[in-house]
Amino acid sequence: MNNAGNEAKKRSAGRYLYLLVVFFLTLTGFAQMPIFKRYYIADIPGLGWLAQFYVTHYMHYLFAIVLLAIAGYWIADYWLTKNRRGRLTVSGYVRASIVFAIIVTGALLVIRNLPDVVLSPNLIIFLDVAHLGLAVTLLAAGAICLILKKPWVL
Amino acid sequence: MEKQLSRRSFLKSGLAAACAVSASSLPRPAAARNETSQLATLIDIRKCIGCEACVEACRESNYDKFPKPEKPFPKMYPDRVPVMDWSDKQDVRDRLTPYNWLYIQYAEAEHKGETFYLTIPRRCMHCVNPPCVKLCPWGAARRLENGISRIDSDLCLGGSKCKTVCPWKIPERQTGVGLYLDILPAFAGNGVMYKCDRCYNLVAKGELPACIEACPEDVQKIGPRDEIIREAKKIAQEIDGYIYGETENGGTNTIYISPVPFEKLNQSIEKGPGKPHLAPAEDSMEDGNNLAAAMLIAPVAGIAAAAGKFYKMTQSENQKGGDRE
Repeated sequence: MNNAGNEAKKRSAGRYLYLLVVFFLTLTGFAQMPIFKRYYIADIPGLGWLAQFYVTHYMHYLFAIVLLAIAGYWIADYWLTKNRRGRLTVSGYVRASIVFAIIVTGALLVIRNLPDVVLSPNLIIFLDVAHLGLAVTLLAAGAICLILKKPWVL
Repeated sequence: MEKQLSRRSFLKSGLAAACAVSASSLPRPAAARNETSQLATLIDIRKCIGCEACVEACRESNYDKFPKPEKPFPKMYPDRVPVMDWSDKQDVRDRLTPYNWLYIQYAEAEHKGETFYLTIPRRCMHCVNPPCVKLCPWGAARRLENGISRIDSDLCLGGSKCKTVCPWKIPERQTGVGLYLDILPAFAGNGVMYKCDRCYNLVAKGELPACIEACPEDVQKIGPRDEIIREAKKIAQEIDGYIYGETENGGTNTIYISPVPFEKLNQSIEKGPGKPHLAPAEDSMEDGNNLAAAMLIAPVAGIAAAAGKFYKMTQSENQKGGDRE
């Protein structure tokens, strides 16, 4: 019983960590567009950093590292313990697929930023728009699943 | 003779660059730091007489690219959004504007007991890893394989992020023009950003940029970056001079040579909006790119943690099974 309780607590902590990371990735991701200064959000005391592009760029990378670690953990944990726990639901697969696509487009944008890399302009436009569009889709999917109480795993 | 040599080597590399540009529609990484594929310019400021022939040639050659804003401008919200209108000040030549992508800076400095009066052509530095290009949220700014960075005026929304992240604050905005007019002109975007594109259209045809072609004093040369840097170092050694642009912001494709240290020139020149500095510039993209390696390690660390947990779980189950037996 104690073990089961500890496991539930760990899962809950993992979920909150994931939500925290998604929140900051969304915030710093949107901050890549010059909107927070225009719309006074960066004027709110304590939020001035949202208008500093290099700071938000660095933070986006830091939270992306945490997301990648969480993704690595979840995938490995899911495969290793799949006989002991529930399976991913359809909505879980949908959200996992969106996260995977966000990671892929983000990784390609990180590669684009390296000094020795020049990607085709059309590919860069596609990656920029796809990365943003997928992030918005994930938020929408998360909100729908929350309202309809659709879990990741059953 | 010097110009002929420069032109010949340029034409060779220009044709190669043109082929590279035409093939760049394929999504593939290229060796941007392969210094033979990037063209750099060498600006020997000892030779510049400040005649502004380059400025005039730039304006003439790029006239068709200059903004043609629609007036009146749409009202933008909130009120703090600045209207940047240079269309009535197209004659301004003493700074960078959307209609003036190159201008002459004046410097007076004493060095080794001699007073120098120098004139310095200033425009975009065309960084090797340009933050204006890499951090543009829409891909409107692009870096060509031949080292040119340019802003696509059909795609730019005029958010001015490129200017904010540029160590020299080069791009300049014109309101009332561009794609934002067709989207949500009141709430997003504010025109188009303009800057030197080193006459990419001429270079693609194997021709010289207008400012180089027009210079009566052969102040500028263009060629493969490695050759240009070799030559800059040779000249700097001969004249006991100084180089700017080789390492600034991680390296640029505009290399200045001066007989006077650039710190002294930087103190002397007029700086401010549209008037870039000549101070040292750290590599803007370096901090972020240093984290890229950690991104490779992160999923491995996550997998290792899950494997560790699984191992512990299995051990504990085996132990319980053994106890029961």
